[in-house]
Amino acid sequence: MTPATPTATPAPATADAAAPRRPARLLRHSLVLTGRSLAKSARNPGAMLNGVLTPALFLVLFTFLFGGSVAGSTDAYLLYLFPGIAVMGAGLSGMLSSGLAINIDMKKGVFDRFRSLPIGRSAPLLGSILADVVRYAVAVALLFGIGYLMGFRVQTDAASALGAVALMLGFGFCLSWVTVFLGVLVRDENAVMGFAFIAFIPLMLGTSLAAPVDTLPGWLQAWAGVNPATHAMDAARALLTGTPADGSIIRTLVWSAALLAVFCPLAVAAYARRR
Amino acid sequence: MDDHAFRTEGLVKRFGRTTALAGVDLHARHGTVLGVLGPNGAGKTTAIRVLATLTGFDAGTARVGGLDVVRDADRVRRLIGLTGQYATLDEELTGLGNLVLIGRLLDLRKPDAVRRAKELLDRFGLEDAARRPVATYSGGMRRRLDLAASLVGRPRVVFLDEPSVGLDPGRREDLWRVVRELTADGASVLLTTQYLEEADALADSIAVIDHGRVIAHGTPSELKRIVGGQAIAARPRDPHRLGDAARILTAVSGHGAERTSTHELVVPVDDDRSLFEVARRFEEQGIALAEFSLRLPGLDEVFLALTGGDNGASDRGAPTDTATARSRA
Repeated sequence: MTPATPTATPAPATADAAAPRRPARLLRHSLVLTGRSLAKSARNPGAMLNGVLTPALFLVLFTFLFGGSVAGSTDAYLLYLFPGIAVMGAGLSGMLSSGLAINIDMKKGVFDRFRSLPIGRSAPLLGSILADVVRYAVAVALLFGIGYLMGFRVQTDAASALGAVALMLGFGFCLSWVTVFLGVLVRDENAVMGFAFIAFIPLMLGTSLAAPVDTLPGWLQAWAGVNPATHAMDAARALLTGTPADGSIIRTLVWSAALLAVFCPLAVAAYARRR
Repeated sequence: MDDHAFRTEGLVKRFGRTTALAGVDLHARHGTVLGVLGPNGAGKTTAIRVLATLTGFDAGTARVGGLDVVRDADRVRRLIGLTGQYATLDEELTGLGNLVLIGRLLDLRKPDAVRRAKELLDRFGLEDAARRPVATYSGGMRRRLDLAASLVGRPRVVFLDEPSVGLDPGRREDLWRVVRELTADGASVLLTTQYLEEADALADSIAVIDHGRVIAHGTPSELKRIVGGQAIAARPRDPHRLGDAARILTAVSGHGAERTSTHELVVPVDDDRSLFEVARRFEEQGIALAEFSLRLPGLDEVFLALTGGDNGASDRGAPTDTATARSRA
C-alpha cells in the first residue's frame, strides 16, 4: 500500500485486512446488490407484477374458455394447466427482468461505479439474478394463491410440491442467464425487450402448457419435444399432480445445467470485457 | 516502492483508428493535486479511465500507489475514488441508499456504512435530500452526491473528471474546498478541467494535454509564465474602433490580440501593470469600453501560447514549441 507519510493519515476503510476469502466476498457483494435490486422492486412493484399478470391471465382465460371442451370440466383442466402456468411465471419473470435491468445499468454511469469498486466482476450480474430468484418466488407464490382460489389443489405431498417449486425456480434462474447474456451484449434495451417478447411465445406456448404434446400438429410436436420448457412443465405436473414423470425431471435438470454452463460464462465474460 | 501516488508512462490507447492517448506521461507525488488541462476529446477522460481500472490500454504502463492497474486491479480499486463526467448513481435509490450501497460494497458493516453515508451527505449539504430518490435531484446535487460517492471508502487517490461542470459558482467554491481538504488529509488528486483558473487554484502541477499528448507540464506559475499568465479582455463600445483597440493592446503587450467573439479582444500580458497602460491609451484615443478586464487566460489562449500562435484552438496541429514548453516546465 502507500508508504506512510509524515502526516497522520486515517487508514483506508477498505484495508487488505478486511478482505476475506474470495468466494465469500463475491457472495456477500452479490447479496448487497440483490438487496439493491429488491429495494427497487419494492418501490416499483409494477414491473414485477408483469411476471404474475400474464400467466394469471392465461390461467383464467384457458381454464374458463377451453377447460370444458379440452378436459371435460374446468376443474379437471385446471389440474392439467396450472403446473405449466407456474413454470411460465418463473420463466417469464426471468426473461423479462434480468437482462433488461443489467442492460439499463450498463448504460448508466452506475456500471462504472461498480467496476471501479473492489468487488468481483460478476457480483453485479449474480446480485441481479439472485434478486430475480426472489421475484420468481414471489410470482410463483402469487400464482399458487390464484390457483388455489380457482380450485387447484396439490395432488401429491408437500415434499413433491416443494420439489416442484425448487425445480421451477431453478429452471427460471438458469433460463434468465440467456437474457442476461443478451442484455450485456446488446446496447439497445428495446432489443432485449423485443427478444424476450418474441422468444416468449414459442418457448412458453410451444409446449405441453395447454394440451398434451401428442395432440399437437407434427411440426409443433417436434419443437415442443425439444423445448426445455415442455420438460419443466411436465416435471412440475408430475410433482404437483402425480402424472408420470417419464424422465422429465432429469431432462429439466440437464437442460437447466446446460443453459447455465453455456450462458453464465458467456455473460460474465462479455460483462467483464465491456468497457 | 514507487513514491508516486499515480504514474503513467508512454500510455497509448486506441479506439479503432482513433488514437485517444499517444504516449502520455502523467504523475503526481503523494498528497498533491495534478491538474490535467485540455479541451474536449484531448484524452483526459481516457487517461482517468485507464488509471481507474475501467479501461485497458495498448502500450505503456499505469500504476496507482505503486500497483499495476492491470495486474493488481483489485488492490488498486481499494485505493481509488472516481467521480466521472456522468453521474455514476442509481437514479431509483435515494441519496442515502446510494452511499450506503457503496459502503456495503466496500466491506463496511451496515451501521458503519450508514454513519459514513450520513457524514458525507452532511458534508455536501445534501442532508435534506438524503431520503429522496436521486431521480428528483438537480444536476448540481447529483454532481455533489457523485463526489460524495467517490469518497465513501476514504480513497488515497481521487480521480475527478471535470467535477465543476454543471455546478453553480458558489458550489464550485465548495468543491475546491473539498479538494483542498482531501490533500490536507494526505490523499492525492487527479483533476481534469477545461479551465486554467481551476487548475491554477487547486493543482500543484498541471499537465496540458491535447490530441492524446502532454504538450506542457509544470507548476501553475511555470505554466502561466509560458502562456503569459494573465490576459486583458476589452470590448470597445463602438465596434468600428476594434482595429484601434487591437493596435493598442498589441503595442502594450507585445503579443497579437485575439478576437474571441465578435466584438471582444483578448491579449496575454506579462504583468498586471499593463492594464493601467492600456487603460491610459484607450482614454487618450477616446475609445469607450463596454467591457474591460484582467483575467487568467482561457483554454484557447493557453493553447495559442503553447502551440506557437499560428494554429488556433479550433484547429490544433502538432505543437511546434513543445520542447520549449517542456524544458521550461
